[in-house]
Amino acid sequence: MTSSKNKLDLRKVGYDESGETPRSASFLIEDDTARVASSSERALVMASIRQARVDYPWVRALEWSLVDPETDEFTRIVAQHPDPAGNFIHVKEGAKIRFPAQSCFLLKADRNEQVLHNVIVLEPGAELHLITGCTAASYSNVGKHIAVTEIFVRAGATLTYTMVHDWAPEVEVRPRTEVIVEDGGTYLSNYIALTRVKHIDTNPLAVVKAGGTARFNSIIYAKAGSYFDVGGRVRLLGAGARGEIVSRVVATGSKVISRGLIEGGNADTKGHMECNGIMLDREAVIHAIPELKATYPDTELSHEAAVGKIAGDQLNYLMARGLSEEEARALIIRGFLNVKIDGLPASLQQVIDTMIEQAMAKEAI
Amino acid sequence: MTEMPLLEIDDLAVNIGNEPLLSGINLTVAPGEIHVVFGPNGSGKSSLIKTIMGIPPYRVTSGDIRFEGKSILDFPIDARARLGIGLAFQQPPPVRDVSLSALGKALEIDTDRIAAEAARLGMTGHLNRGLNDGFSGGEQKRSELLQLLLQRPQLVLLDEPESGVDVDSLKLLRSVIEQLFQRDRPIRERTVGGIIVTHTGAILEHLHATRGYVLVNGKFMCSGAPLDIFDQISANGFGNCLAEARIKEKIHDFLKE
Repeated sequence: MTSSKNKLDLRKVGYDESGETPRSASFLIEDDTARVASSSERALVMASIRQARVDYPWVRALEWSLVDPETDEFTRIVAQHPDPAGNFIHVKEGAKIRFPAQSCFLLKADRNEQVLHNVIVLEPGAELHLITGCTAASYSNVGKHIAVTEIFVRAGATLTYTMVHDWAPEVEVRPRTEVIVEDGGTYLSNYIALTRVKHIDTNPLAVVKAGGTARFNSIIYAKAGSYFDVGGRVRLLGAGARGEIVSRVVATGSKVISRGLIEGGNADTKGHMECNGIMLDREAVIHAIPELKATYPDTELSHEAAVGKIAGDQLNYLMARGLSEEEARALIIRGFLNVKIDGLPASLQQVIDTMIEQAMAKEAI
Repeated sequence: MTEMPLLEIDDLAVNIGNEPLLSGINLTVAPGEIHVVFGPNGSGKSSLIKTIMGIPPYRVTSGDIRFEGKSILDFPIDARARLGIGLAFQQPPPVRDVSLSALGKALEIDTDRIAAEAARLGMTGHLNRGLNDGFSGGEQKRSELLQLLLQRPQLVLLDEPESGVDVDSLKLLRSVIEQLFQRDRPIRERTVGGIIVTHTGAILEHLHATRGYVLVNGKFMCSGAPLDIFDQISANGFGNCLAEARIKEKIHDFLKE
């Protein structure tokens, strides 16, 4: 069990230990030890990766089948680790899991390096909403979170993967994620990070086959002293595949590199990217790098990007209704970050809305 | 008993940067009064309205603007709004990330009231859209008036509230404007006053506006009964007023000599 203090922290990232919010399955890892692994659905396995290697030997064949262990120094750390912890999720063919599953990666010990390898498999026609919260037990935590995640969305399956990061100011975060979306499958990723962190770099890749869809939404409020290098890559390799990358970034006294790459590599593929950023001060840096790559003639790729400060005429307009400049600024930022995500269950949208409210309330803009 | 005016503009001069825009403007609005400003494009009508609201980049170089007897020149926009000054913008900027609902919530306006007023103005479907984002001309005007209805200002400033509005909507806007100016109350019970900038005068019917002015090149050139001025402008453009103003200037110069 986690302490009551941790309970509060975990709720913040969408992990409900109280049972008040219906969840189909739960997984909690503290540093490198799985504390909770349970499922209320027969068709849904929620286990530690260590246990899964014993119970489902076929999992070993999936590990490192998407991510190349030689990708960079952090994938090598995971590959060379004798026994990385991690999460295994498996949804059986055709199973549509009604309530969201939840997982949480908690950095509890100070100066710890959390090394994880996660595998998620949705068999054909399966559906799952997953919310993953990553956080540190204490605001003063110093640590590293290094994770490789391989996700298999089989034909006609749908995974909505909402990831909430709420780290401490001295934590370094290096997730490496790759996803295969088989024919007609759908992968929707929502990434939310609204608190200060020393360093996050993550640039997940989704390879999409015929008729499949991959969508990355990122909502980032980069507070002073933070460094984010985040984005998404979508390779549309099957005919009729669809891809979308949407990022909303607010930066104050921080540096954010917002990447996006969509590759159209087959007939009737379509991809669209939106990178929008608000700069709150002179110390902030937002570097949007939207990339489109066409390797097949019959593809339609587009992007729009806008980065700048909040327009003065918008502030004046809201002030003419009676809001102070600070209130007007906060209202615009809240609305900018509060993207309503299609297909997200109300309970998970609520988590995001609450996080935004808390982030806005916690720190004067 | 002398009633305290809502608004007093005293010999006002306004620049943009170093460029003079308005000069010698005098205007007093008492509760219950509606003053109408006519004028050709670029004459300074919107600048005058925005200056009263405190919107940049207009800079007052001399004179004063008083609300209920107190100078508001040093007040920021929001303080003027909270005092009771409300402006319906001619061309409101799109604020994509803020909806009417969110704005209403931020201003702590009762949600039932927002819903009822929005329904009246046919704006229910726009409550959760970005403010003015993709709104048609008519929708912008209705949104502006809706916000003023919710704000309930004492001094109402309307900048071309009817431009770009179709005939059917005009009737609705007229009734909302009458409500804003408390035209349903006996004259002595009216506490709201204001200024309407207009090109067409189509909204003036039934409003019983107090006085009309023609603003040309940043100066009030002539004034009179609003509907008379409107009729003159309709018949002869601004020429008569300009000619009259030139004669007045000449008489003034002659007397000075």
